[in-house]
Amino acid sequence: MSAPAIPAPAPAAPAPPPVETLTVKVNGKTLQVPKTHPDWQGRPQPTTMLQAARCGGVDIPHYCYHDKLPIAGNCRMCLVEFGTPMMDPATRKPILNEDGTPKIAKSVLPYEPGTPRGAISCATPISPGMEIYADSPATKQMRESVLESLLINHPLDCTICDQAGECKLQEYSVDHGQAGSHFVEAKVHKPKAVDLGPRIVLDDERCILCTRCIRFTKDIAGDDALGIVNRGSYNTISAFQTGKFDNNYTLNTVDLCPVGALTSKDFRFKMRVWFLKETKSLCTGCGTGCNITIGSREGTIHRFEPRDNDAVNGPWMCDTGRLNYKWIGRPDRLTEVRVNGQKVTWATAIKDIGSRLTRASSGSVALIASARQTTEELFLLKSLATRLGAVTDSVPREGEADHLLVNADRNPNTNGTRLTGIAFTEAGMQLPLIAAGIEAGTIRTLIVFGEDVTKHGIAPELLAKLEMLVVSDILPNATTALATHLLPGASHAEKRGTFISVKGRLQKLTKAIESPGDARAEWEFLHELVHDVTGRNGFTSIEGLFNLMARETPAFAGLEWANIGDKGVDVKI
Amino acid sequence: MSFSVPSSLEAELDELTTHYPVKRSASLMFLHALQEHFGYISKEAMEWTASKLELQPINVFELVTFYPMFRQEPLGKTHIKVCRTLSCALQGSAELREQFCKRLGLDSQAHTAQTTPDGKFTVEFVECLASCGTAPVVLVNESLYQMVSPAAADEILRKGNLK
Repeated sequence: MSAPAIPAPAPAAPAPPPVETLTVKVNGKTLQVPKTHPDWQGRPQPTTMLQAARCGGVDIPHYCYHDKLPIAGNCRMCLVEFGTPMMDPATRKPILNEDGTPKIAKSVLPYEPGTPRGAISCATPISPGMEIYADSPATKQMRESVLESLLINHPLDCTICDQAGECKLQEYSVDHGQAGSHFVEAKVHKPKAVDLGPRIVLDDERCILCTRCIRFTKDIAGDDALGIVNRGSYNTISAFQTGKFDNNYTLNTVDLCPVGALTSKDFRFKMRVWFLKETKSLCTGCGTGCNITIGSREGTIHRFEPRDNDAVNGPWMCDTGRLNYKWIGRPDRLTEVRVNGQKVTWATAIKDIGSRLTRASSGSVALIASARQTTEELFLLKSLATRLGAVTDSVPREGEADHLLVNADRNPNTNGTRLTGIAFTEAGMQLPLIAAGIEAGTIRTLIVFGEDVTKHGIAPELLAKLEMLVVSDILPNATTALATHLLPGASHAEKRGTFISVKGRLQKLTKAIESPGDARAEWEFLHELVHDVTGRNGFTSIEGLFNLMARETPAFAGLEWANIGDKGVDVKI
Repeated sequence: MSFSVPSSLEAELDELTTHYPVKRSASLMFLHALQEHFGYISKEAMEWTASKLELQPINVFELVTFYPMFRQEPLGKTHIKVCRTLSCALQGSAELREQFCKRLGLDSQAHTAQTTPDGKFTVEFVECLASCGTAPVVLVNESLYQMVSPAAADEILRKGNLK
């Protein structure tokens, strides 16, 4: 391990105000729980019984409740038996047992005092001294009855259902369900395989009407498109016109759906979820840097799902980002190392590039890197450029921002290019100068990583004038076609590294699958090239490389790979 | 078919909207008026209502599907409402409706109103028609038929076919 720079001790932050707490009992255990919890919009609201139980490590089963959605309280699954301290109506003093503990009045039906009266824990605030019986026989009975009722009209088609394996109905049935059914009447039949929108299919028979999808679509996505139509047993989720449920966040309803009612057209019938390997990664569609989980099996990516990170994307991601994985498995991926059109080994190519670059006169080399490269790769490219006295830049990529997650900067690592010194405040400023330098013959070598420069002001005719054109990319394009040295790179799902979001969140990528053919992660071959050209070493692992970069880059002072964590850290941008 | 609301009706509804603290509260009155005028509430009518009341179409659609008196399809010329509340149920209203459905080629298992393809008949179950002493009762358009026998039911269909 390389010796890490000792981080300066953080200045002592002013002590936060003490959290006001209440004392409650959960399953007999006395707990101090905060008086308030953030609601779906982050505003403090009185702590509910469900949240209090969570503080004590007790998870109360629920369907309709979701931390990031308004509370509906309609599924009834979170019903619990509870009690409150008895109060003497005259003195307003608690009534005590003989041993001095407060006497608890269990909540019962007013007209039937022998029957416990449960409360939905998701929407009932706690009060001082309250006792929550999350595992009592009465609670269990309520849960079983609710579950039985939810399953009455359910088709029980788990064997052909895409949700199987990640279905709350299945999970709770194992915990609280019954093997047999009491139900002898005919089930209500509802619409099947409803084409709700271009990316969503709805099976109304599987739906338990929790309205998570309605609430998300209305309150988070801001598109009041879904509702419940008909009534009684015939209630169904519906859009005004089938097929028209089409905003950029529709696929989040599939994640939210606790059962198999809403399924993704892209993913359904493709892979059983328990076969998927889950890898923590990032979306590279824009500068927001949404955290994702890559679901892959045997080297093939089957889906992206958002991964919870309140500092970045919460539990959501946009449909565009979620479906942006198919190019990774394209059959025309670059898989061969080529020098002047001949297939060669990595060793030959890197040695050849290294010796040519060493001989190049200062100022005769230019380097264009992509803001889709990882920060480590950009750092290595910058070390190379510094040694060669090369002018560097990256390519800006602008789009339209939306109200929720999509950022106008479509590059995932613009801040990486800036902090490593590849680009300046305005990315793309140097591109015309590089073009002019090639035209004038002062720039005779161009190194391009991950961009088709012919689309960004450097015409193929100019590229043809170069003595050496080193290109690394993932998919073929007009620039790779003209490369004298072609180095096949890895997609973000095939390597480790970091990206820095537009807001300065530095986050890690993890490798989900292997690169095809000879394609390699760029930092792996770049460290060899940097060694050959500059004589520096010590980049052989991504951890070591990151730590070295952190020591040499002021913005990353004090950071270490091991301390970044799954949810990233904020850096000064 | 283009959808247009006569300006007199629109003016009447605009005036009516002012009686409510929020525009949305006028939804039901809008739907009643549109059904009265057009005979049924089309998707276009729902969209029109939504835009007039600053709602999304789904909000109006939910309302229309909730109340069985709102129709999304034109009714048949002879509208047969079979009572299914207790006395009528005990006196065989289910069989009576089944007879209507069978004769007209309609699905007796369907739970909503059904109209024959030729547009002559609509058959549906309704709740109490307030004539429990003379069950089973059937309301055909505006006239009440009491103690309806199978033969009387066929007579209703025969008359309907003449229209």
